[in-house]
Amino acid sequence: MWQPTASIETLKNRALFIASIRQFFTARGVWEVETPILSNNTITDLHLDAFETQFDFDTNGQAKSVFLQTSPEFAMKRLLAAGSGAIFQINKAFRHEAAGRFHNPEFTMLEWYRPGFDDQQLMAELDELMQLTVDAKPALYLSYQQAFINYLSFDPLTTNLEQLKLIIAEHSNDEWLQQESNPDTLLQWLFSMKIEPVLGYKEQAYEEKDKQWTPCFIYNFPASQASLAKINQQDKRVAHRFELYYQGVELANGFYELQDKAEQQKRFENDNQLRAQAGLTQKPVDENLLSALESGLPDCAGVAVGIDRLFMLKYNLTHINQAIAFDVNRA
Amino acid sequence: MASFSTNQFKAGLKLMIDGEPCNILENEIVKPGKGQAFNRVKIRKLVSGKVLEKTFKSGESVEGADVMDIELAYLYSDGEFWHFMNNETFEQVAADEKAVADAVKWLVENDVCTLTLWNNNPIAVSPPNFVELEITETDPGLKGDTAGTGGKPATLTTGAVVRVPLFVQIGEVIKVDTRTGDYVGRVQK
Repeated sequence: MWQPTASIETLKNRALFIASIRQFFTARGVWEVETPILSNNTITDLHLDAFETQFDFDTNGQAKSVFLQTSPEFAMKRLLAAGSGAIFQINKAFRHEAAGRFHNPEFTMLEWYRPGFDDQQLMAELDELMQLTVDAKPALYLSYQQAFINYLSFDPLTTNLEQLKLIIAEHSNDEWLQQESNPDTLLQWLFSMKIEPVLGYKEQAYEEKDKQWTPCFIYNFPASQASLAKINQQDKRVAHRFELYYQGVELANGFYELQDKAEQQKRFENDNQLRAQAGLTQKPVDENLLSALESGLPDCAGVAVGIDRLFMLKYNLTHINQAIAFDVNRA
Repeated sequence: MASFSTNQFKAGLKLMIDGEPCNILENEIVKPGKGQAFNRVKIRKLVSGKVLEKTFKSGESVEGADVMDIELAYLYSDGEFWHFMNNETFEQVAADEKAVADAVKWLVENDVCTLTLWNNNPIAVSPPNFVELEITETDPGLKGDTAGTGGKPATLTTGAVVRVPLFVQIGEVIKVDTRTGDYVGRVQK
């Protein structure tokens, strides 16, 4: 078990791949930053959990909880508020969850922020990055609403919980789906099981090799899944949040970033209420982020990309452990 | 029986699903970046043999199934039951027609088979990968044919029918791959 899970040849290709990403940003005047991997604060998300450990040498003499970061978002926003301008980072992020074909609890994340960009402009830049670093075709763009209409023939913005259960029963007889009380969970199930696996896939080809994948952006997520994105002022049912899917895999999540401190605070509190309802411990709110928002976050868009997954797709690797030197079992 | 959390799911784990013991064939975690994680599982129902896909909310628990595989030698059939014996303890187990199913055409006396037991009752029988059986019926072959040009059907003592090369004759014993039903070769007596 001492041997790496990826081949040396693959790891050399990975080094070149990551160098090409750095080059992409350097050429555009986006500078590379480093923010803490071990942080005093963490996220409040219902479905994300951080690794927590303890710092015994705080100057006040008390042991305190510290967290491995789940993404460098909050720290990078503090740099933006301090006047950094356009920045990127390639670093390790950690999520306390099960390992799988596309999941390792420790993974490499690329995250960047563009002052003056909105979600549309940032999607266009990620589209270019995909074309230049993994030879992808120009991406498709589909709203969350349109994706459900195209693939499942219903409008997710006007469908209530009971209607969703009837729709989902056509796809699965798993009992827990009929007992679910959160409509977003059912939408996420339908998206993950029925849309994501075929998104951007062209199967009208005579030969297998001509069947091709195109990266596909999904934008205008429902406001209930806004996360840290601004609400769309033209249609308040949706938020300026997007994701990128390629070859049936979720690769990136981005926002036209929320700048309003009060709204951010409300979302943190709402998250914690959901955590309490689900029987999970509530998480302290990151006061440093709130102070940075109060001081003024520039109008900007930001996105996080899973680098291990992107590399897997570039080299047709079937498991994330073939893309990293040592997976969680050998780390 | 213990229950298993979705975190413990892996191929080969036996679970009770819809009141029937099942074997996990594949387990995949589906985790939207900002959403609920799911486990998408392909399972085989061990009694009916049916393969289907189920999803679970990650973190849920599912009752395990008291299922185990044991190796027993085939003894004989009384027409209603097929009798097997543990060669070490001489303990005998009788499997019914439903459990034996398609394995019936590959059962050779004294061959060691794998029996799947659920709550100590046999629910499935798997023959060895290779068995040796005598041909009871086949058309006379053409002289000089050695490689075979598609072959001919041959009926074996158990009633199984396999394609054999033209030179193989009635009374000969042949080796067959039970997983595919393919002729492997003649057995020197």
